[in-house]
Amino acid sequence: MKNMKKALCIASAAAMAVMLVPAQAFAGEGAFHIGMIGPLTGGAAIYGSAVANAAQIAVDEINEAGGIAGFQVEYNPQDDEHDAEKSVNAYNALKDWGMQLLLGTVTSAPCIAVEAEAAADNMFLLTPSGTAVDCITAGDNAFRVCFSDPAQGTEAARYIGEHDLAQKVGVLYDSSDVYSSGIYATFRAEAQSQGFEIVADTSFTSDSKTDFSAQLQTLMDSGCDLVFIPFYYNEASIVLKQASDMGFETQWFGVDGIDGILSVEGFDTSLAENVMLLTPFVPTAEDEATQAFVAKYQESYGDVPNQFAADAYDGVYIIKQAIEQAGVTPDMDASEICDAVKVAMTEIEFSGITGDITWTADGEPTKDPIAVVIHNGIYEMM
Amino acid sequence: MSFLSYLLKGVSLGSVYAIIALGYTMVYGIAKMLNFAHGDVIMVGGYAAFTCSMTRGMAPLPSILIAMVVCTVLGIVIETIAYRPLLEAASPLAVLITAIGVSYFLQNIVLIIFGSNPKSFQSLVKIPGLKLADGALTISGETIVTILSCLIIMLILTQFISRTRMGQAMLAVSEDKGAAQLMGINVNSTIALTFAIGSGLAAIAGVLLCSAYPSLSPYTGAMPGIKAFVAAVFGGIGSIPGAFLGGILLGVIEILAKGYISTQLSDAIVFGVLIIVLLVRPTGLLGKRIQEKV
Repeated sequence: MKNMKKALCIASAAAMAVMLVPAQAFAGEGAFHIGMIGPLTGGAAIYGSAVANAAQIAVDEINEAGGIAGFQVEYNPQDDEHDAEKSVNAYNALKDWGMQLLLGTVTSAPCIAVEAEAAADNMFLLTPSGTAVDCITAGDNAFRVCFSDPAQGTEAARYIGEHDLAQKVGVLYDSSDVYSSGIYATFRAEAQSQGFEIVADTSFTSDSKTDFSAQLQTLMDSGCDLVFIPFYYNEASIVLKQASDMGFETQWFGVDGIDGILSVEGFDTSLAENVMLLTPFVPTAEDEATQAFVAKYQESYGDVPNQFAADAYDGVYIIKQAIEQAGVTPDMDASEICDAVKVAMTEIEFSGITGDITWTADGEPTKDPIAVVIHNGIYEMM
Repeated sequence: MSFLSYLLKGVSLGSVYAIIALGYTMVYGIAKMLNFAHGDVIMVGGYAAFTCSMTRGMAPLPSILIAMVVCTVLGIVIETIAYRPLLEAASPLAVLITAIGVSYFLQNIVLIIFGSNPKSFQSLVKIPGLKLADGALTISGETIVTILSCLIIMLILTQFISRTRMGQAMLAVSEDKGAAQLMGINVNSTIALTFAIGSGLAAIAGVLLCSAYPSLSPYTGAMPGIKAFVAAVFGGIGSIPGAFLGGILLGVIEILAKGYISTQLSDAIVFGVLIIVLLVRPTGLLGKRIQEKV
């Protein structure tokens, strides 16, 4: 009888132990659920995968170091193929998963669609790289890490003017793209108060983005000494090839969309020699945090991280700092967390690999832009 | 001078449309079906050449030949699996919709195999461009090769169709399938041969398209394919010289519209001209007028 009792005790203790183990291992209710949405496949995949990979690195680091305020982080990246409808589907899937904070989305057009949903749900949204103004205007729940399009256009015009890079400026932009035309609009506005003149503006649309020869001819005939190219690297790689074929030499000046051009497979990087761009992140910067991040990224994914990766890495740490400032816990629902975190966002002073950032209540970051120039296939700070 | 320069740029863009349009018009002229997957066969040809020349470091000519073999086999497989069962069974509309399905299928297969990141295609055309008038006018090596290829292909195709037994069989099939079959012509193999030739041409077009515009992605063939289809209709679909003429004109109109009117309205102007041409000549510039007997 005595033995029987002992056996029962051991059995029940063992059963309790079995029940306890999974609860601790998975942290269950006691983990922050951070969702991520971006193009992991499709034409813009280079951005989405960079964000997904870098965020994974940051989450792993945080979890290893004991989590956010003692709670582990669960992270779930979803693919939207740079498509607004698929992005909203991904958002709904993440809500079913139990998402409490959203890092994303990566690209502008899907971000606008998702922000409309997130604002209605009062879900905290931090886009690492959605640059369109409307990415964060639907509600006070949304913030961003990168500059907005208008800010990029203004900063670019100011940079060209203040550093006296050119007197006559030509522009080539994608009139069918909200990112490109948004940057151009504010560039044009700011140019009036700077010491240069826009002598030619040309455009293309997403339906005719293989042949730029007519636009380049117009730019060449205008006698401009700098061409502003506020669009993505894929088109830029064709533009640079065609310009070189027709013997058009000029100073190219791009914004963050050009970032990534050096990692296009088969691209002749000598075509990009001397191209200038504004970007929030330089992988060759010598501070310790950047070096550690670049080394870790290269080791895990075999590539030099681009600015989207840097924005995402910072994004996760921004969420961490804001959560700690707000003092929220994982058992609160997404709306309660959002209410506290969005106030905390305006109070924190974040310092990361993309610079020192503070936020206004409308979600826009305040920071300094970095200009780089491409020499021998790598970025150099100017 | 700048007019001449725009004109030359129009011709070089047009030559790319023309070489794609040749494949469209060939298949339409004989099999009487629109192969909307043609643009994507071009893209597959581009990837095949990319894999041979960039990844495996082969010389340009063998790369092009391998791309042609890949596309020819692909063309025959598509025809046998996707189109042939529908040719007799259903309306022409069913084949058309299947072609759109094949187009998406090819895009997604390539997306899975090669990934979504665009690749930069290093030109396989090694001859230098021409510089005229002290370098104010340039014609790239790609343009010269594309126009020459168009002319050679046109010559071979017209000779093949009018001189050989296979070519005559193709003509007969295009006129009347039923009668051709009664005369002992194997209609199925004739149509398969048409697809094989059309797809082989697509490989050449793919290499030249990617050499001229060096970005290669799974969607590379889609838009040029549609523009080339328009060029084929413009010149008179089914007519081989018409495809060439239509392609060149389309390119010239597009570039002149961009240069002198508006870069934003250029596509609208191109399609506006197409509508006017079709109103005046419903069968296109060089299309055959078919008299309907009442």
